[in-house]
Amino acid sequence: MKRTLALVGAVAAFAFAGAAVAQKEQFVPANFYWVGPYAPGGSGFGGGIIDYMAMINERDGGINGVKLTWEKCETEYNNARGVECYERVKKKGPTGATVIHPLSTGITYSLIEKATADKIPLISMGYGRTSAADGRVFPYVFPLITTYWSQATVIIKFIGQKAGGMDKLKGKKIAFVYHDSAYGKEPIPVLTDMAKQYGYELIPLAVPHPGNEQQAQWLQIRQAKPDNVILWGWGVMNPTAIKAAAKIGYPREKIVGAWWSGAEEDVLPAGSAAKGYISAGFNLPGSDFPVMRDIKKFVYDKGKGEFEDKSRFGSIYHTRGVVAGIVTTEAIRNAQAKFGKGKPITGEQMRWGIENLNIDDKRLKELGAVGLMPPLKVSCLDHEGSGLVKFQQWDGAKWKTISDWMEPDRKLVRTKIEEDAAQYAKEKNITPRDCAKDSM
Amino acid sequence: MLYREAGQFKSTYAQDLQILPIAQDRVAMAVLLVVAFVVVPAVGDQYWLSALITPFLIFSLAALGLNILTGYAGQLSLGTAAFMGVGAFMAYNAMLRIPHMPIVGAFIVGGLCAAAVGVVFGLPSLRIKGLYLAVATLACQFFVLWAINRIGWLSNYSSSGVITAQRIEILGYAFDHSRDKYLLTLAVVSVMALAAKNLMRSETGRAFMAVRDMDVAASVIGIPMMKTKLLAFAISSFYCGVAGALYAYCYLGTVEPEAFTLDLSFRVLFMIIIGGVGSILGSFLGAAFITLFPIFLNLASKWLEHMLGIEMSHAVVSNSEAIIFGSLIIFFLIVEPNGLARLWQITKEKLRLWPFPH
Repeated sequence: MKRTLALVGAVAAFAFAGAAVAQKEQFVPANFYWVGPYAPGGSGFGGGIIDYMAMINERDGGINGVKLTWEKCETEYNNARGVECYERVKKKGPTGATVIHPLSTGITYSLIEKATADKIPLISMGYGRTSAADGRVFPYVFPLITTYWSQATVIIKFIGQKAGGMDKLKGKKIAFVYHDSAYGKEPIPVLTDMAKQYGYELIPLAVPHPGNEQQAQWLQIRQAKPDNVILWGWGVMNPTAIKAAAKIGYPREKIVGAWWSGAEEDVLPAGSAAKGYISAGFNLPGSDFPVMRDIKKFVYDKGKGEFEDKSRFGSIYHTRGVVAGIVTTEAIRNAQAKFGKGKPITGEQMRWGIENLNIDDKRLKELGAVGLMPPLKVSCLDHEGSGLVKFQQWDGAKWKTISDWMEPDRKLVRTKIEEDAAQYAKEKNITPRDCAKDSM
Repeated sequence: MLYREAGQFKSTYAQDLQILPIAQDRVAMAVLLVVAFVVVPAVGDQYWLSALITPFLIFSLAALGLNILTGYAGQLSLGTAAFMGVGAFMAYNAMLRIPHMPIVGAFIVGGLCAAAVGVVFGLPSLRIKGLYLAVATLACQFFVLWAINRIGWLSNYSSSGVITAQRIEILGYAFDHSRDKYLLTLAVVSVMALAAKNLMRSETGRAFMAVRDMDVAASVIGIPMMKTKLLAFAISSFYCGVAGALYAYCYLGTVEPEAFTLDLSFRVLFMIIIGGVGSILGSFLGAAFITLFPIFLNLASKWLEHMLGIEMSHAVVSNSEAIIFGSLIIFFLIVEPNGLARLWQITKEKLRLWPFPH
């Protein structure tokens, strides 16, 4: 009987050889952007995540023998194209799309409901809807590592520290120059609340897309003479802002950028004007981390790799993509450990994998990524997992880290997250999950 | 040979006035409707329905709206995206704030609000024409986006200005599947396209065209300028508003104000220029070209890569798509400046003679 079964199995295996091979694959879509005004961010981040997956395939032969596969789809940072790409890739691979990194706050918003219905997790690492950190209302959305609201509180804290204590913020003026979009507006409620708490005056200044015209805003800054400027830009808006600041003679040391305003691509076009400019970040640049050296050895030295321009290797966007790769593959590994090693997992299982992800210092060391990213521990309640932010300063040639990992104001952020998530749940008639009961 | 009207006699005025006077056209239209309503939902998979055909229909409706204003009434407008935005946000507010609001009612509210905005921004058309009017409607584009961004009430005080469309339910049936949303969109678009076709054949439509061809002459023969122009703005904005509401409810689900930027206005304008200015069919052809063709190019480059077994750099592929798309637009405009609809018309005329050209 056993032999017959084996024989039947062998015949079946032979007949479906193609399918059987495909069964050992895990499909991760690469919906990023390689054209348009935001291409440096899209191609850098996308390059990082693909490079990391390629390295895992080359070095370890995949995850427990399951090869990672991917397919690129151009979203142009455009919501409609992003949705089209999502629909195109979601059924690909033996188990469908494992996880989606939309790499756009707008696309993330557009996909929240669709992905939840299709049971495909969304990882919006350092962008997207902040209140999705409440995993009870948003089971399939993970704004991992840190969110805009956490970042806003850390930036205020950083400015306070520089001023010599949070009480020194009283009476100070802080200008907030932001990209006039969902992305730029997201932190305003938190900044306003903190203004009340610490007694500083917030001057919000919107810059319309794409942000290459900012004279009016910087003229206002010149008149108001704020003590600090928070720059919340994206793409071409960042170097333009730095150049405009130099033009009116506003000291760059007093400008603090968000993490999407703090890459090499944001300061290099501004030339010497950018020297001294500070920005936040949740990952560090560099090509000396062991994991980056592995990518070099197993991918680039074999003539593969995503970047034709090798100077982009180890840049902020590149390592940010590598961090996304680490998070993705670790979650897959985690899910395999529970649902069967060496088998491709479904989106639903991946959701469990991300929700129970724990990348502590020990694991970071094994991954060769100590210092590249903060430790991460996700739970059903907390889909953010870390919240830590570091600050870096541009010295004219490279980014220099100038702070340790800094804690956000967790109480304030969490209260606002729960408020916003509760409102969403009410609008959508969602009953929040009970995290105590929910294990799957 | 097949497409010939010989032997089809008309004995009443009604027969003479019908939209499709030739029997073959009627059959073709009936087949098209059956395919759209029955075959497509039955065989189309989710990707085709939700990512390709539904947005195509929605943009057709927006292009149709602009075509009524620009193609038929001759008033150039760059405010299409703004009217769509008004439609989307007001439909959302109608659903949110009015208890037991039916979804179709919300679409109509969205459309009416857009029409009201359209009338206000159409007022300058009484004094200025052509490109100058386009600049005035540009003000509408910027003002509406500014208002949506700044007035918290419009987005229900969402911190990021993003609205999430409510669930669509008609008579207790929830429209969750992409097939349902496609059918709803198709029904709305078909009804409104039929209405537009008939409107353009009516006295109002002829008044629009008279204004377009020469407004001084039109006013001399007794066509009221103010009423006609503002009506054109109102009807056009209503169509765009409903298209915007469909965009939010049946397509994206979640909309940020940035979805309705000037870029979108230009896209819709290009649709009618390529499809055919002053043609209902042209709106559909143009929308198909602008929305579906880039995606087709994208897929085609993948197949090509697969078939030839070569690997091209993704950045090169993405950029060459834009180049091919742009050059095709220029090609079409040189070959047939009156748009794809005119090409279709020529084809039909040739078909009537075929296979005996003389």
